[in-house]
Amino acid sequence: MRAIFLLSLYYGHYKALQGNDTLSAKPAKCSGLQIPTNFQFQKTELMPPVIIRAEQVEKYYAQPSENRIQVISPTDLTISEGEIVALLGPSGSGKSTLLRMLTGLSTPSAGQVYWHEKPVSSGEANVAIVFQSFALFPWLTVVENVEAPLKARGMEPAERRKRAVKMLDTVGLDGFQTAYPKELSGGMRQRVGFARALVVEPEVLFMDEPFSALDVLTAENLRSELLELWHNKTMPTRAIFIVTHNIEEAVLLADRIIVLGRNPGHVRTDFKVALAHPRDRKAPAFTQLVDYIYKVLTQPERKLPALPLTPEGKPVRDQRQMHYQMLPHARPGGIAGLLEILLDHNGKDDIYRLADDLAFEIDDLLPIVDAAQLLGFLTVNEGDAAITPSGAEYANSEILRQKELFRTAAVENVLLLRQIVRAIEAKSDKSVPEEFFHDVLDEQFSEDETIRQLETAINWGRYAELFDFDASRRRFTQPEKLEEVSSGEIEE
Amino acid sequence: MINLPHSFGYLRSRETLARSQVLQRSWSLMIDLSVAGICLACFYGVVLLARYWFGHPTPQIEISLSPRALPLYAFYSIVRIWMAYALSLIFAIVYGYTAAYNHRIEALMIAGLDILQSIPVLSFLPGVMLAMVALFPTRQIGLELGAIILIFTGQVWNMAFSFYSSLKSLPRELREATIIYRFSPWQRLMQLELPYAAIGLVWNSMVSVAGGWFFLMVCEMFVLGTRDFRLPGLGSYLQTAASTGNGSAIAWGLFTMIAIIVATDQLVWRPIIAWSDKFKFEQVETTSRVTSPLLHLFQNSRGLQALQKHTIQPIAEAVYQRFAENRQRLLAATAPSTPRAARNRQRGISVLQWIVLLAVVGVIGYAAIHALYLLREVKRTQFLQIMGGAMATFFRVNTSLLLASLWTIPVGVAIGFHPRLARIAQPLAQIAASVPATALFPILVMALVQMGGGLGTASILLMMLGTQWYILFNVIAGAMAIPSDLREVAQLYHFTTVQRWKTLILPGIFPYLITGLVTASGGAWNASIIAEYFRVRNQTLQTFGLGAIISAATDSGEFHILLLATIVMAGMVVTINRLVWRPLYHLAETRYKLGG
Repeated sequence: MRAIFLLSLYYGHYKALQGNDTLSAKPAKCSGLQIPTNFQFQKTELMPPVIIRAEQVEKYYAQPSENRIQVISPTDLTISEGEIVALLGPSGSGKSTLLRMLTGLSTPSAGQVYWHEKPVSSGEANVAIVFQSFALFPWLTVVENVEAPLKARGMEPAERRKRAVKMLDTVGLDGFQTAYPKELSGGMRQRVGFARALVVEPEVLFMDEPFSALDVLTAENLRSELLELWHNKTMPTRAIFIVTHNIEEAVLLADRIIVLGRNPGHVRTDFKVALAHPRDRKAPAFTQLVDYIYKVLTQPERKLPALPLTPEGKPVRDQRQMHYQMLPHARPGGIAGLLEILLDHNGKDDIYRLADDLAFEIDDLLPIVDAAQLLGFLTVNEGDAAITPSGAEYANSEILRQKELFRTAAVENVLLLRQIVRAIEAKSDKSVPEEFFHDVLDEQFSEDETIRQLETAINWGRYAELFDFDASRRRFTQPEKLEEVSSGEIEE
Repeated sequence: MINLPHSFGYLRSRETLARSQVLQRSWSLMIDLSVAGICLACFYGVVLLARYWFGHPTPQIEISLSPRALPLYAFYSIVRIWMAYALSLIFAIVYGYTAAYNHRIEALMIAGLDILQSIPVLSFLPGVMLAMVALFPTRQIGLELGAIILIFTGQVWNMAFSFYSSLKSLPRELREATIIYRFSPWQRLMQLELPYAAIGLVWNSMVSVAGGWFFLMVCEMFVLGTRDFRLPGLGSYLQTAASTGNGSAIAWGLFTMIAIIVATDQLVWRPIIAWSDKFKFEQVETTSRVTSPLLHLFQNSRGLQALQKHTIQPIAEAVYQRFAENRQRLLAATAPSTPRAARNRQRGISVLQWIVLLAVVGVIGYAAIHALYLLREVKRTQFLQIMGGAMATFFRVNTSLLLASLWTIPVGVAIGFHPRLARIAQPLAQIAASVPATALFPILVMALVQMGGGLGTASILLMMLGTQWYILFNVIAGAMAIPSDLREVAQLYHFTTVQRWKTLILPGIFPYLITGLVTASGGAWNASIIAEYFRVRNQTLQTFGLGAIISAATDSGEFHILLLATIVMAGMVVTINRLVWRPLYHLAETRYKLGG
């Protein structure tokens, strides 16, 4: 295996896999983007054996009406021996759902996942997951936590203890056997999580944002130790699959990166990374790659993939064609802040650099960029954000004028807000129950998303003084007149 | 009845018996000897009980008022309560587990729990007793089982609810970890579900056992028409003492009762709470901890350790290996089968499920129809009387809640705001609260009647006696939970007293107050059955009310009236819960929650 791994290191280079036979239905919509030329290489000659193959897996939730909410559109995916695969994507792109389908934790709504060409549901896939929240049992000691999976397999106590202690030694937790997880720091707890995952000698090690609950330095340290274990073949694992929303982390670790788009989740691009380890964050090749991923994430998709049909032959409703836009969950204050920073950068800047300056991860930054874009305050092109005249005016104004600009932009661009305002005006008592809009949105979004959409709408509407919201009665009401008078006075 | 809010009481009074330094010296032999002594005592107790239970029932039990009889009586009472508790624990776990994992019957089971919690348990007393005596006509065990089952029905529901809600709130990733690491259902129960639910179960157990004393007092003095089902125990001792007006016997009885409750607290709950500390689902270690010398004794006894090493551990290992083997075999068997075969097997199970379901529905339907037949005998006047009684009891229950709130809120807030006062008042209040109200009923009724008050007003006081503690303890906890910076704000801006209460204290304690009032309201309804109807020295005192109607119907064996009155009472409690308490609870959760 080591030979193959090295081969892929030296000869294998990343490329967009639109035409690759392992990923047939891959609608990679990055046609406007040029992958940095010094990284475009020929197809890998030696194909390592495939461990996991997902065939047209999708996830959707049936609604009481004919619609269904598509979370992940039909997707093909493979994980081969000797590779670290990173799955990147904005929140809501179904990264974790995809991981759970690949491990067999969650059954796809349609399609099938194969382990060594056997359906994952019927056999025993030897996997382990490292969880974001560590998922350790607080009432078991460190060594008991590591032993628990072995106990489940009916291993002898003495052998069990021996292996657990050895694994704890490997991850650098020697001497902490009898401690309880709550006595450990976050980084040490995640080490226990790694030890528990590796002690079952998984063929594929899955990781669900394993470093995102840790501070930056601890995460960095754990990442490099993980790479060391992997490259020295200290662990018996054949492949690693890591879900992350940190682009740099993906580029640091992965041999292959898959970027997901959302609404519904789908693969946007899938390519190999052939930078030699240890990778240098400051190297131009590295930053170019990070920049490329940012571009993919921020560039709107030109052509939509063909919509799948439900078993009854009706087209699945795609959220992009739906009535309501998906409101990005950003706060007005965040939007103003972003625009001000953009103004300082002469009105135009690379999103990657913005994120770097702010020490933001994509999950933090993208919703704000999306919201500003939705309101017409900025435009995004090739990974560059450029402020529009209305955005510049917004950023330069004082608070009451800002609210007015926000109000105009919101009513003009956001259907849901427009509808709430109209509904309030149409009612004689000038108040509308939240329930009403909940039911309307419910047709289009999942339950959780509906609640989040309404939360964002309330947040924006209150800020813009479009309406008020009575939280105890759950009703939208007209804002008090007093404030309009005062804002009018200031205008004059 | 004690209702101890979380992190309360035990954290403050832990110095009293904590002489752990003495035990830390390794007196292994002494420790082993004392453990052996405890085992011997248990063994003797079982022998004693067996001899008594399988003896013929003595038709008329004479309750001896000699203090020398007290240890034996107390022993009988304790055994009843703990048997009922053990039954409750098993039932609660099975019920909660089934409800949490069977989506089809989950809603039904939870609604059932809600209703069963509100039904006045005491109405079942005659039915259960008669059934049990009929089952074991010549054995004492029938009567005993009747009492145990009755106490069980008073204890079990909150525990079942606690276990269910713990299962429902299990963190998703922990659950996924058990799946991905192939835990068997047994291992999942032992390593995830029970530990996660442990703290809730322990606190609810304490409430349940305290409530058990309340019902025990009634069960031990049960008389149905001419038949006397009295059981020897602490409750019957106290009641006999009160009705004969034997002052020194009353004092002895009360002393024994308080001693038992304090001992239970120290010898049972404190070690269990100290032990359950490791099940706290927390990320950071708390500084204050409950300690228990007894737990220390058990954990450091070499004899017990050796016993565990040679019995429990090998058995547990064998169980785990068995589960792992079964899983392998199951996998081997299912591997070649197609998805269709699996689906067929599922259908086979569902046919069996349907048969069981039909049988259960059939039995329930049959019993329900027969019960409804009973109702035909109810006359119109009787029906009106029951309705009138319901109104009267409704009035009494709410008056008692109001009166209880009037004194508990100011006192509770004062205790909560002043740590020094709390240190003195809390242990006293806990002991006062732990004496079951039913034990004091006979004494109080005698006193009140002699003072010239009718049972109408006396019953309000009696209801208060049982339920005010719920409000008091919750208000104390609420006042302690108000952040000190909010109190400083009130001080800084010179809030008037009215303003302080309106903007700070009442909203601050509101969620706790509601919790206390809900529990107190349920308790008051249940207490009305005993409070409104009282038999003492061959004469019956009663006042007009639903509780009195239920008790009178029990006494005279009029089951149709008993059934209707019980239905009316359960209906009223459930309706009030839905229409009044639930919206208030919701308000408390959404609007008045501190540090949301």
